[in-house]
Amino acid sequence: MIQKCTRIKLGTTLTSLLNKQLVKNPALFDVLVMPNLYGDIISDLCAGLIGGLGLTPSCNIGEGGIALAEAVHGSAPDIAGKNLANPTALMLSAVTMLRHLELHDKADQIQNAILNTIAEGKYRTADLGGTSTTTDFTKAICDHL
Amino acid sequence: MAPRTLPILKQLLSKSSSYNTNCIGSRFAPKRSVTYMPRPGDGAPRAVTLIPGDGIGPLVTGAVEQVMDAMHAPVYFERYEVHGDMKKVPEEVLDSIRKNKVCLKGGLATPMGGGVSSLNVQLRKELDLYASLVNCFNLPGLPTRHQNVDIVVIRENTEGEYSGLEHEVVPGVVESLKVITKFCSERIAKYAFEYAYLNNRKKVTAVHKANIMKLADGLFLESCREVATKYPGIKYSEIIVDNCCMQLVSKPEQFDVMVTPNLYGNLVANTAAGIAGGTGVMPGGNVGADHAVFEQGASAGNVGHQKLVEQKKANPVALLLSSAMMLRHLQFPSFADRLETAVKRVISEGKYMTKDLGGDSSTQEVVDAVIAALD
Repeated sequence: MIQKCTRIKLGTTLTSLLNKQLVKNPALFDVLVMPNLYGDIISDLCAGLIGGLGLTPSCNIGEGGIALAEAVHGSAPDIAGKNLANPTALMLSAVTMLRHLELHDKADQIQNAILNTIAEGKYRTADLGGTSTTTDFTKAICDHL
Repeated sequence: MAPRTLPILKQLLSKSSSYNTNCIGSRFAPKRSVTYMPRPGDGAPRAVTLIPGDGIGPLVTGAVEQVMDAMHAPVYFERYEVHGDMKKVPEEVLDSIRKNKVCLKGGLATPMGGGVSSLNVQLRKELDLYASLVNCFNLPGLPTRHQNVDIVVIRENTEGEYSGLEHEVVPGVVESLKVITKFCSERIAKYAFEYAYLNNRKKVTAVHKANIMKLADGLFLESCREVATKYPGIKYSEIIVDNCCMQLVSKPEQFDVMVTPNLYGNLVANTAAGIAGGTGVMPGGNVGADHAVFEQGASAGNVGHQKLVEQKKANPVALLLSSAMMLRHLQFPSFADRLETAVKRVISEGKYMTKDLGGDSSTQEVVDAVIAALD
């Protein structure tokens, strides 16, 4: 497979990734593949670079096409039940799930709605510096659909 | 608020902010302070083993030699050639370090893949340099995304994921052993707290992944917690390594001293160095019970690439600041202060900076600027 894709650059050490590239110029990177522990660390580091765990989607894929889409963040017990959580991470994970199910147009629709809502800046949850509740933010996304 | 208080408040605030900048500035503006009273004979020149190393190593160690010479510092270097392709560090070099107790070195190239283990790692194991210290801080004149960064990463240097114990169980399945011992965890924790205590640091944070590696990192944490009880004046906290990296790239000012096992220390130190200004400027070293080896702080085994060597444009700042740490270690604080002041002055002026800092100067130009800035 690698021989067929001539434009992929391979290989970098973990330390040079961290101290030179990711931190200084993350836009250089496209896809990173690595073992378990490093993946855990680098994925959280990259989440920190783009705005935090409230925004980061993920998908776990197994043999035979099984997929489990989930947000990267945990259960956040300190804000549970208070209508304060940022639903973006889980929503974008759902978008990933839709793409996995090959419902690309629906996935695009939802993703654009989310991105437009955040770009507009009127409705943002607390982790992004705003004051909206989860329900307000969600309603704004629905309005953008 | 009464109308009279506003101008007084303004004056106080401006004084305190200038005090703050003076505090940072006092790191590079010479200030007559309490005199250091030496013992008779302390000024005798000390021998330091010098290992120029590979790649950019000779270039940057040469820079240090020039600056030490210009300062007439009471150190003289015993130079030994060691290269990354040697099977092991020559015995005479080890003897020299054991005699002098202090060594300054450039990076040694590490062959990737199986076979010879890194000579950098070998040296640390032979001399039992169990603590690796990197000081990552913002330098005035070097703008970065985050301000007020001043992190010291103290990394366990001898065991953990770098134990070098790997074997192929069956073809296609490799087992790698991570060894954590109470002995090593305790002594690194003790070093970290002692460092914090002696350097007026307020917080020590242990970095771990004990939720997954319950026994290994759990043992590390236990040792840290035990030592923490003996330093009630220092705040102790724990953070999981992935969250730690995330916090480092978003809010690095929250960290002070960090103590970590081997692998996480490598990652955390490099990340912290990257956000604070780059590995070209961060000082650091390795220290054990009897010896100390000073080298570029983060990414110490880095020998740079061929172009840097040919063009002679490697950044000497990291090794210069590490040699200042070495001067303090040798109890020559005034020379250390002068060197640090000169280096920081050069960086803050911004005229002579190497490529990794956004300039285009060669190593020699930076060295000349530092020598000119010495007072």
